[in-house]
Amino acid sequence: MGILEVSNVNKRFGGLQALGDVNLDIAQGTVHAIIGPNGAGKSTLLNVLIGKLVPDTGTVMFDGKSVLGRKPYEINQMGISRVFQTPEIFGDLTVFENMLIPCFAKRDGTFRLHALESIASEKGIIEKAEQMLSDVAMIDKRGMTASSLSRGDKRRLEMAMCLVQEPKLLLLDEPTAGMARADTNNTIELLNHIHESRDITMVIIEHDMHVVFSLAKRITVLAQGSPLVEDTPENIKGHPKVKEAYLGEAAA
Amino acid sequence: MLGLSKKDTTFLVVVIFLTLMTPILLQPFPEGSVLAQFNAGYPDLMQRFAIYGIFAIGFNILFGLTGYLSFGHAAFLGVGSYSVVWMYKLLGYNVVPGLLLAVVTAGLFALLIGYISLRRSGIYFSILTLAFAQMSFNLAYSVLTPLTNGETGLQVYTDDPQILMGAGSPNSPHFFGIVMNESAKIDVGGWQFTFNNGYYFCAIIAIIVFYLSLRIFRSPFGIMLRAIKTNQTRMTYTGLNPRPYTLAAFVISGMYAGLAGGLLASMDPLAGAERMQWTASGEVVLMTILGGAGTLMGPILGAGFIKYFENIFSKINDDILHTWFAALPDGLEDAIVFMVHPFIGKGWSLTLGLLFMMVVIFLPGGLIEGGNRIWRLVTGRSRNRNTPGKDAQHHPKPTAHVN
Ligand SMILES: Nc1ncnc2c1ncn2[C@@H]1O[C@H](COP(=O)(O)OP(=O)(O)O)[C@@H](O)[C@H]1O
Ligand SMILES: [Mg+2]
Repeated sequence: MGILEVSNVNKRFGGLQALGDVNLDIAQGTVHAIIGPNGAGKSTLLNVLIGKLVPDTGTVMFDGKSVLGRKPYEINQMGISRVFQTPEIFGDLTVFENMLIPCFAKRDGTFRLHALESIASEKGIIEKAEQMLSDVAMIDKRGMTASSLSRGDKRRLEMAMCLVQEPKLLLLDEPTAGMARADTNNTIELLNHIHESRDITMVIIEHDMHVVFSLAKRITVLAQGSPLVEDTPENIKGHPKVKEAYLGEAAA
Repeated sequence: MLGLSKKDTTFLVVVIFLTLMTPILLQPFPEGSVLAQFNAGYPDLMQRFAIYGIFAIGFNILFGLTGYLSFGHAAFLGVGSYSVVWMYKLLGYNVVPGLLLAVVTAGLFALLIGYISLRRSGIYFSILTLAFAQMSFNLAYSVLTPLTNGETGLQVYTDDPQILMGAGSPNSPHFFGIVMNESAKIDVGGWQFTFNNGYYFCAIIAIIVFYLSLRIFRSPFGIMLRAIKTNQTRMTYTGLNPRPYTLAAFVISGMYAGLAGGLLASMDPLAGAERMQWTASGEVVLMTILGGAGTLMGPILGAGFIKYFENIFSKINDDILHTWFAALPDGLEDAIVFMVHPFIGKGWSLTLGLLFMMVVIFLPGGLIEGGNRIWRLVTGRSRNRNTPGKDAQHHPKPTAHVN
């Protein structure tokens, strides 16, 4: 039994079948990539997993518990963190303050009235946030306002904010889109390092095949809302159906 | 010290110094000089500075940090005043029980109104709070007359129980015998300084609650509130529930407002429904935005600014104008007085409206931003003459998140 089990999930938007009978079983500790053309329903699937959308039918089990019907913040507290396709960060706050928030959320839960405690005295939290910023090579930008960061840095910051929560499952929606080659390689290295050192299960949506094949242990190809095939990277590379539905398009 | 960083401690010390020296600092012109009318060191005006400062500090915790714009905070001001006067009537003129009750009732009231209003955000939230405040006003004005004495306003009568009043107790609001409306007047040269008990009582409370707000700004809770303002989506998907955070901010700011309302009644033992009217709610919004929402000092500056100019402008009348412009030829003098007339006396709100529009358009960050711009201009020029201002853009430096 995997850490995440998606069974018979359907989601329609008006007449559009965004997800049709999706079944997915993601093993604990793996890196699972979901690929597919634009509009295939990849982001919609992640939205279902984090409680942003409720599917019309089907079940989603995480760590033996149902995700459906729970509030997004409860699902996060269960151990699912997500990096969005367009970075969601706290634009008016500094990079460092952005890092503090997930650290507090991890330690204190969904709400705590710590109105008279000083941040400066939270040594453990500060250390953790700084360590994470160093890990993603952003410690020198700690005082910058997050909205002034480059797109690549915003994404990296968001990733760091998710990682510092030490989630059991990390969902990444096109984490390297808009990044320069060097940044992409750094991200691959970072994710590989995180995966090896912390035993985090990852589901990664990615267009860049270089990234997919550098990270994924298994790949699901999604087309028009339904899984086409699921296999190891080696087998996916040569799969005729996949070439037709996706890789052909990417190569063109 | 006191759980503050070195910088904040210095800041607090400066604020304490300025607050305690106010009766001297606001009296720059000698008595009898033409400019004496611009002095502001009068007890009732200084009391208003401190009290509306408290109101604005609390409002800023909600609006400045979370961005939720309440248009109904005057309701809590009124609740605070009624609480204090009731304690006068039942117990006696010591202000302490009343102020405690004011903070507690305003807090409970805010819990109820906030719980309902915070189900919505943006303009709908503002409208809900406005609706609640107008309901409170109407209740106080008519329906709840037994509690509020309706139009007349709540006041102390000789046949009230006042069970804690001894034979020697002061017959006006006091703090364990320190009578609020008593002052010491000191003449130095041509200057007269008034050290009023009521002002110092309000000032010390203002310092305490300012200190608390400083702590809140620097706390994890303060960061959460600012996070709510910038991205609730990220907050939710980071495992945090924004609702209790905003509710807590709402209740805290309601308690500040209740305290301010209680202090108004501690200076002058009266409470009327008009204190809850929407204009009073709007005023604290103006104070906060005018001074600089989300900054520590801004709302206090805004409150002082509005209360000071309200006092000056509403005192000026046509006769005073004529003496000012007496040197001009008669026709011109009359023309100027005619043009200025709508902006003075009862026309003060017109002036305030114009000032407010100018600040919002030209200084969106409020008076604090104006101060910062001047500061940058001065320091930027003195540091590098060749490339003024460019440095900040190309090499972003870490800056303090609130100032
Ligand atoms: N909230 C929504 N309302 C209506 N249609 C949506 C919504 N979200 C996604 N869709 C549609 O569902 C389809 C799948 O979208 P998406 O999951 O974003 O695809 P992708 O695989 O590119 O991430 C698209 O046709 C998109 O237009
Ligand atoms: Mg997508």
